[in-house]
Amino acid sequence: MFELLGIPPQVLMGQLLLGLINGSFYAVLSLGLAVIFGLLNIINFSHGAQYMLGGFVAWMLLTYFGIGYWWALILAPLVVGATGLVLERLALSKLYHLDHLYGLLLTFGVALIIQGLFRNYYGISGQPYQIPEILSGGQNLGFMFLPNYRAWVVVASVIVCFGTWFMIEKTRLGAYLRAATENPVLVGAFGINVPRMIMLTYAFGVGLAGFAGVLAAPIYSVNPNMGADLIIVVFAVVVIGGMGSIMGAILTGYGLGVIEGLTRVFYPEGSAVVIFVIMAIVLMIKPEGLFGRGA
Amino acid sequence: MSDTATHSRKDATAGAPLLEVRGLEGWYGESHVLHGIDFDVREGEVVTLLGRNGAGKTSTLLAIMGILEKRKGTVLYGGTETIGMQPRHIARLGIALCPEERGIFASLNVEENLMLPPRIQEGGLSVERIYDLFPNLKERRRSQGTKLSGGEQQMLAIARILRTGARLLLLDEPTEGLAPVIVQQIGHTIKALKAEGFTIVLVEQNFRFAASVADRHHVVDQGRVVDMIPGEDLEANIDKLHAYLGV
Ligand SMILES: Nc1ncnc2c1ncn2[C@@H]1O[C@H](COP(=O)(O)OP(=O)(O)O)[C@@H](O)[C@H]1O
Ligand SMILES: [Mg+2]
Repeated sequence: MFELLGIPPQVLMGQLLLGLINGSFYAVLSLGLAVIFGLLNIINFSHGAQYMLGGFVAWMLLTYFGIGYWWALILAPLVVGATGLVLERLALSKLYHLDHLYGLLLTFGVALIIQGLFRNYYGISGQPYQIPEILSGGQNLGFMFLPNYRAWVVVASVIVCFGTWFMIEKTRLGAYLRAATENPVLVGAFGINVPRMIMLTYAFGVGLAGFAGVLAAPIYSVNPNMGADLIIVVFAVVVIGGMGSIMGAILTGYGLGVIEGLTRVFYPEGSAVVIFVIMAIVLMIKPEGLFGRGA
Repeated sequence: MSDTATHSRKDATAGAPLLEVRGLEGWYGESHVLHGIDFDVREGEVVTLLGRNGAGKTSTLLAIMGILEKRKGTVLYGGTETIGMQPRHIARLGIALCPEERGIFASLNVEENLMLPPRIQEGGLSVERIYDLFPNLKERRRSQGTKLSGGEQQMLAIARILRTGARLLLLDEPTEGLAPVIVQQIGHTIKALKAEGFTIVLVEQNFRFAASVADRHHVVDQGRVVDMIPGEDLEANIDKLHAYLGV
């Protein structure tokens, strides 16, 4: 087999795969943030907590009701989305006429509360969640071993990301969303119920976070801090990609995951900070982000 | 003011007006800009609101549509009081706005812009009929909405409110900034729409254009309707109008 700069291909491919998996989570999460920001103009700081909630709902479904992974993959995002509906109706909707900052502070506070409650109740050690039977094991590709579940995570995230992209960019429902993002007042004056659309969009965005949380459950243990750690990186991803673009959020998510993986191969010490270094550089030369539509 | 109302009532030939505006006041925050707008529009009529910049014409349309939230007075559409309603509910009664800034969506292509406003009732124009009226739009239906020329964007802004079944169209300065041939084309369009039975409130600064398409003219000044001039009396009133419009 080939060697690149003295790096064995197994190591390279292994890290690329790991990068792609991290990228899958970055992509789904930053996509949700971009969808929410586009229409609501709110930076959803509770996104990490809602991701954690997705993982916990899956775990609870299994532990308390014996409902397994595949149902959880559908039900947990719905549950998290429903909590999003309530949050939007009771709190966020009261803030739209104020500066972005208020929405950010509110969602940040909500994240701290949710995470605090779960820490209090479940501790920080984490709850294990089994890989579903048919996805256990893996494939020997010759140059590397590919765990089935990890391959599934990449596939599932790609389906969800591009499904969402298609829905927003290519369908009539998406046209409403795009139009309301540009000019909600005019869209309302055409007879469309914009407040309801905003509510459902928020629920959809946090539902995506919940979905990512279920995907993550079998890989990382389910614990109250799982989102808090991840979301900081995801915000950097969003800053790099630019808030305004759906495809930008997706591509930046995968791309940065891969870059992070490669950094782990070639300069392991830098892997924890490479995304933040890129963020700083992007902020200096293109503050609106790589795919941003301008400020 | 009250003599405007008398005029329109005198002109009324058949039944109650489709739109009745009485003592309409409106505010942007603390700034009081409409001080009692009165006028009527009967089914099938084209009437104008004329007046100089800042007179309150756009604000009047926004208040009728419910977009100008802080408002009071009476706006009856087909006998239904709309003054406390939200824009989306007013739209669903059958009123549609073509805004002054046109409001073409950059993230939608021409066809998506055209198809955006939902159908609210029977009786809208078919897409084929709309493409008949605006052949340019059909050719360019895959283009990004804001890549169209100014004239085409204006056509699109008018076209997309024809599909929905709305009966009352509020057109805010559709000729603003357009070349004479385009203005003429829009004039033909408005006449065609009148022939289709649409009722139209047209805001204009282009007085000659207004004269060529409208049944009646209302002069707006400082947030009030200060005069009403029937279309046929226009020639006789031309000096008065010029004085109002400050030409
Ligand atoms: N968004 C706004 N905020 C505050 N004042 C406004 C706003 N829009 C218009 N105005 C004021 O309201 C008055 C009427 O404006 P408008 O209805 O746009 O006039 P017209 O359409 O006849 O030119 C003007 O004095 C204008 O300055
Ligand atoms: Mg105006």
